[in-house]
Amino acid sequence: MTCPWSAKLDRYLDSELPDDELTEMEAHLRSCPSCAPEALSRLQLKRVTQAVGHRFSPSPEFRMKIEQSMSAPKPRPWMVRWAPAFAAAAALALMLISVGVWLQHSRSEQALDELADLHVATLASANPVDVVSTDRHTVKPWFQGKLPFSFNLPELQGSPFQLLGGRLTYFQQNPGAQLLFEVGKHRISAFIFQNRAELSRLNSGSSLSRKLAFSSETWTEGGLRYFIIGDASPSDIRGLSEFLRSAARS
Amino acid sequence: MPLFASLYNFAHWLTQNREEAEDLVQETYLKALKGFASFQQGTNFRAWMYRILRNTFLTSRTGLSVKMTEPLDLEENPAALPVTPDTPESVLLARADQQAVQDALERLPVHFREVILLCDMEEMSYQEIAETIGIPIGTVMSRLSRARKSMRELLETQVRGASQARGAPQK
Ligand SMILES: [Zn+2]
Repeated sequence: MTCPWSAKLDRYLDSELPDDELTEMEAHLRSCPSCAPEALSRLQLKRVTQAVGHRFSPSPEFRMKIEQSMSAPKPRPWMVRWAPAFAAAAALALMLISVGVWLQHSRSEQALDELADLHVATLASANPVDVVSTDRHTVKPWFQGKLPFSFNLPELQGSPFQLLGGRLTYFQQNPGAQLLFEVGKHRISAFIFQNRAELSRLNSGSSLSRKLAFSSETWTEGGLRYFIIGDASPSDIRGLSEFLRSAARS
Repeated sequence: MPLFASLYNFAHWLTQNREEAEDLVQETYLKALKGFASFQQGTNFRAWMYRILRNTFLTSRTGLSVKMTEPLDLEENPAALPVTPDTPESVLLARADQQAVQDALERLPVHFREVILLCDMEEMSYQEIAETIGIPIGTVMSRLSRARKSMRELLETQVRGASQARGAPQK
């Protein structure tokens, strides 16, 4: 004679029973002569399976091989230019996501997190920018008609910064401009959106950006909200921010 | 390297071969890097990686041959969950040692093996397993239930066989 509760044993042992059923099940197990030993036996099998399951480990040589191939991917045509940023960003992103750092942030951290993700995704993309140009006179007009606002770009000649291009982006359902800059080996994204109440609550330098090893700056100027984010040094982020601020005022 | 040791271990269980497991893991990371832009935030990263690994395996030569020789799930209907009868098997299983469990796992069809490993070894939730394998949660439950039943039957045979071989008393 099979106890009808035995059909729930697996879900019970896998911690998949909802709270109310869990309480009932626990009460039942204390009194059922058929389910109690069965639960014990299944639990033991689960434990042995877990112990046995972890029996294969990668060799140190293989680990090294993969780590090397991750940090220095073979160049493909589109990657030649983006390879360092791609590898660093993608490896970083994989690492970060695996520890689930995004799990419990405040709302503003989530927003910055989302922008950081946009930045990382851009670097990992085969076509990081829609308009590829180092010339602000090419990049700025490209956005005209594509966005409900316009903005100025700074002259970077003689500075350590270089404009790489731009793309349209969406953040919380609002269109914006994402501009990609380079300083040394680092890439920096500048996001520009129309300012809204939700955005004005965001602060830079949250715990998130510290965890990401990213630096960020954010400010409002002329009804636009700017976010600068990248793995460059905080002083480079500030430096680029200054260029953008003064361009906005000109 | 995120999930490196776990992915390798799982790959080795799927392929049952070190070299193939290494190729599988390497390909998984390459695909993950290439496809990273398509990774949706908010989805489960671990399930995403395991899914890439699993799909890569199923389209590999070994994976394809495994698929060909394995009967597809016929009665994957959550309403028809098999009920395990009460038998003295629980007594026998209490004696199942690690070697017996390992042998049984290796002999299980790959669809059963993976679902047990994802649940018991990786301690994934049913939701994560559903995302990894790409099947509904109800199917995860019925497949898991049938996989465990198979496993218990294999163990029972082994344990009984071993007892008889040693001439040990049954009770
Ligand atoms: Zn019972």
